[in-house]
Amino acid sequence: MTRFSLSVAMTLALAAPLAAQDLRMPADFENIENETERSAALFEEMGKVLTHPRCLNCHPKDSPTQGDDMHPHEPPVIRGDADFGAPGMNCTTCHSSENFETTGVGGIESIPGHEPWSLAPVEMAWVDLSLGEICAQLKDPERNGGRSLEELHEHMAEDGLVGWGWEPGAGRTPAPGSQDMFGELTRAWIDTGAACPS
Amino acid sequence: MPISFTVNGEERSVDVDPDTPLLWVLRDELRLTGTKFGCGIAQCGACTVHLDGMTRRSCVTPISMAEGSDITTIEGLEGPEADAVQAAWRAIDVPQCGYCQSGQIMTATSLLQQIASPSDEDIDNAMAGNICRCATYVRIRQAIHDAARTLEG
Ligand code: FES
Ligand code: FES
Repeated sequence: MTRFSLSVAMTLALAAPLAAQDLRMPADFENIENETERSAALFEEMGKVLTHPRCLNCHPKDSPTQGDDMHPHEPPVIRGDADFGAPGMNCTTCHSSENFETTGVGGIESIPGHEPWSLAPVEMAWVDLSLGEICAQLKDPERNGGRSLEELHEHMAEDGLVGWGWEPGAGRTPAPGSQDMFGELTRAWIDTGAACPS
Repeated sequence: MPISFTVNGEERSVDVDPDTPLLWVLRDELRLTGTKFGCGIAQCGACTVHLDGMTRRSCVTPISMAEGSDITTIEGLEGPEADAVQAAWRAIDVPQCGYCQSGQIMTATSLLQQIASPSDEDIDNAMAGNICRCATYVRIRQAIHDAARTLEG
C-alpha cells in the first residue's frame, strides 16, 4: 500500500455488516381481524425495508450517508439542484450503471451502481421520521412524486433503483426479504386500506 | 470482444476483460500515465478523467462502460477553461509534489465549464473528492478563482 492510499484508507470508518433480515408475508397477518389494524401491521413490516440503511442512505434531507452504520458519505457530497451532486462532482463521477467490485484497498469491496443513480428528492426524505410519519408522507402525492397508491405499488415492486436495495454489491447487507415480497406486502397494505401505524 | 472508444480525440480499441478499470487501460495499455492511481476505491480523485464531458473516477469505471464514449485525459485536455486553469496553476505554483494535480486540474476544468464564476462553496463542493497529501488546497482554490477571472476577460 502506498502512503498516499494508506492516508485515504485511514479516513474511512469501517463497520461490521448487519445480519441479513427476513420479511413476513401478508398471510402471516391474517390472524389480525380488524382490517385497519392489519393494514397498519403490514406497513410496520414494510417499515423494516423502508428504514433499512440501504433505503435510508439515499433518502436523506441533505447529504447522503453510506454503509450499514449510515456514516456520512465519503468523499463529502452534496444533494445539488438535481439530486445528483455538485457540478464537477456528480453521482456518476464515481457510481457506474452497475455495482463495481474494486481491486483497491481500504475496506471498500464495491462501489454501488445502477442506471439511474441519484438521491430521492428532498420531499421524500425519511431520515429522522417515525414510521407513521413516513407512511403519511408516502401516501401524500405532494411528497411522493405525484404517485397514486397503484403507482406507489409499482415503484416499490418494480423500480430498478428500489430493487438495487436487495442487490447492493459486496460489502453491503441487502434490504430484508426480496423486492417481490416487499411488493406483495405493499399490495396487501393498499388492499386493506393503506392505514398508517400511530 | 474489443471495446472501442475515443481518447483525446483518437479512436482506440482494446481487447481486455470488460471489468478492467479504465485507469488500468489508460496507463498500462495506452501508456497515458498522466492519470494517477491513488486508492482504487473512489476516495482520492487522482484518477479523474472526463467521460462524455463529465468528471469520472477511472479507477472504478469498468472499461465495458467506456464503449462508444469520448474520454479526455490530462494529456488531451484543451479549450479555454483548460488553458485558463493551466495558466493560473503555473502563475502561483499550485503543485507541491504534483501527484494529485492531474486529477485536481480535470475537476477544476470541469467545474469552470459548468459554472463560469464559482463561489468558494461551489469550489469546495466540486473539489471535495480530490485529496492532496501536500495540502495545496488554498492555492487550488485561489487558482480556480484566478482562472475564472481570466475567462471573464
Ligand atoms: S485512484 Fe481513483 S479515486 Fe483514488
Ligand atoms: S501536490 Fe502532492 S499530493 Fe497534491
